[in-house]
Amino acid sequence: MPVLSRRGLLCAALVLSTGLLGALPAQAQQKIKVAAVYTVPVEQQWVSRIHKALNEARARGEIDYVFSENVANADYERVMRQYAEQGNALILGEAFAVEAAARKVARDYPKTAFLLGSSGKPQAPNFSVFDNYIQEPAYLTGMIAASMSKSGHIGMVGGYPIPEVNRLMNAFMDGAREINPKTKFTVSFIGSWFDPPKAKEAAFAMIDKGADVLYAERFGVSDAAREKGRLAIGNVVDTQAQYPETVVASALWNMEPTVGAALAKVKAGKFAAEDYGQYSLMKFKGSELAPLGTFARKVPADTLRKVEARQKEILAGKFSVKVNDGAPKSN
Amino acid sequence: MMDFLSSLGDMIASVPFWVATLRIATPLILGTLGVLICERAGVLNLGIEGIMVAGAFTGWLAVYHGAGLWTGLAVAALTGALCGALHALLTVWLTVSQHVAGLGITMLATSLASFAYRVSFPQVSTPPTIQPFAPLAALQGIPLIGPVLAEQTALTLGAIALVPLAAWFIYRTPAGLALRMAGENPAAAEGQGLDVLRVRGAAIVGGSALMGMAGAFLTLSAFNAFFMNMVNGRGWICVALVVFASWRPGKALLGALLFAAFDAAQLRLQQDGGALPYQLYLMLPYVLSILALIVMARRAAYPQALMKPYRKGER
Repeated sequence: MPVLSRRGLLCAALVLSTGLLGALPAQAQQKIKVAAVYTVPVEQQWVSRIHKALNEARARGEIDYVFSENVANADYERVMRQYAEQGNALILGEAFAVEAAARKVARDYPKTAFLLGSSGKPQAPNFSVFDNYIQEPAYLTGMIAASMSKSGHIGMVGGYPIPEVNRLMNAFMDGAREINPKTKFTVSFIGSWFDPPKAKEAAFAMIDKGADVLYAERFGVSDAAREKGRLAIGNVVDTQAQYPETVVASALWNMEPTVGAALAKVKAGKFAAEDYGQYSLMKFKGSELAPLGTFARKVPADTLRKVEARQKEILAGKFSVKVNDGAPKSN
Repeated sequence: MMDFLSSLGDMIASVPFWVATLRIATPLILGTLGVLICERAGVLNLGIEGIMVAGAFTGWLAVYHGAGLWTGLAVAALTGALCGALHALLTVWLTVSQHVAGLGITMLATSLASFAYRVSFPQVSTPPTIQPFAPLAALQGIPLIGPVLAEQTALTLGAIALVPLAAWFIYRTPAGLALRMAGENPAAAEGQGLDVLRVRGAAIVGGSALMGMAGAFLTLSAFNAFFMNMVNGRGWICVALVVFASWRPGKALLGALLFAAFDAAQLRLQQDGGALPYQLYLMLPYVLSILALIVMARRAAYPQALMKPYRKGER
């Protein structure tokens, strides 16, 4: 006769699993359950900032964090619903291409908090929006770029001309014009978020035409600059560690203030439909001019003084960078 | 108008334009030869897009873990061959729909590569990189084309050299004859004592190995890191280029170069900031390819047994 009968085994498993299940909620109570749905891999510049802020919150023990990456737009609603059904308290993501569907999901789960990247307005009671309003440091990097360009010709390669890209390019161009009003800009878009070989070809084409500073909106641009001994300006992420002789300055986006504010509201039970856009501004530390690092001594001192003065004015609210979402053009 | 034409002339006469053209063309040349060999044997291989992703990933991963660049290329070819073996099993021996099997392999290989990438690198913020193939600076001295070749890597020259090799194989060797017979009239091939299934299977495995290498060019030469979506439709272009080439290697090279030249031109014209929206420039290589296809396709001769599964003894 076996030591443990089949029925006994089943009973033991049942007791054990109920015990485990009973223990779980007690542990989860102090941690907020957070889920994120991304349409691109988490290495993508924009999404990497959200992913980083949430990973840090998890490391601090504040949240339980799950995510899905590379989700096709057609699957986006399904994945959102799945996370809502699983009882996540806060769901983050990017609603740009799926506005209608994402807002419908939010209406169906009024007790769940939604915080999505969006060019639209918040929707009561639980759909909040954020966006990368980092035009302020983008303006400052433009000033630095113009002072580093010997040819006065700056090349800009972007993915698609959507507001999130345009506003940073326009602010960058405004900043460059403050230092050198005659700066020549060439702009081109590659029609993809993820084709570094193509972004690199576009950048090579600009270098052939005389651009000596490149605005690196996409991966691949800094590589072209490095191979040809030109300079690059980073955007959203800081890649100077990978390109120490190439990336002069970067406009850095910090999602921590946005995530922190949302988590605090969820914890207090006061999450409402709001626009979190302001938490990406410099005064909330939502964006910054990344440390110049290897280029700290190579940027003209005169420019650095001007940049510092502008930065102070921005933080004091005396200077505001224009938000222009229109597609930038070559001149 | 004259201004535009003269600037177009300047562009076509410039070295960087041709450098870019050859670089953009390389994965297309390798991929197109791969599809061509499969189709010459009578099998449509729509697995190419995914096989390129898988080759791009495994080749790069091998180099990342310390293998040499050429070993990485061999790993990519082997990956392609394995995907090809699966395709052959499905389409040649099990005679399932070639469209469905091909698309299925594209989805499977793309997803497996993405999954393996994430399992290998769960916590990266910027994609890890390798040291890719270096340009062959020693070729600078060759008259006329030296400056263009000096900017290319060995893979590009290898891809171009493969074209006459493939033509010689297809038209001048007994194996090439068997390959063509399997695609034109498999029953006659059988009558000659050839095992049609084996010939087709071998063609798919070999062609898919080339597709794997086409993908590896992107991660080992054109760029130095792997991105999940980086193949970005290049595989589908190869499928169209084979029709453009009317299943001839020489014309396949021409088609790949033409498409790449349109793309290189598009990138340059877009920058001049004309009144046209950027999407029109991005469309240019595709629109011109369709036009070229219309002109060329009239004389295109399909392999007669293309997409027809061969069942031994069936009448």
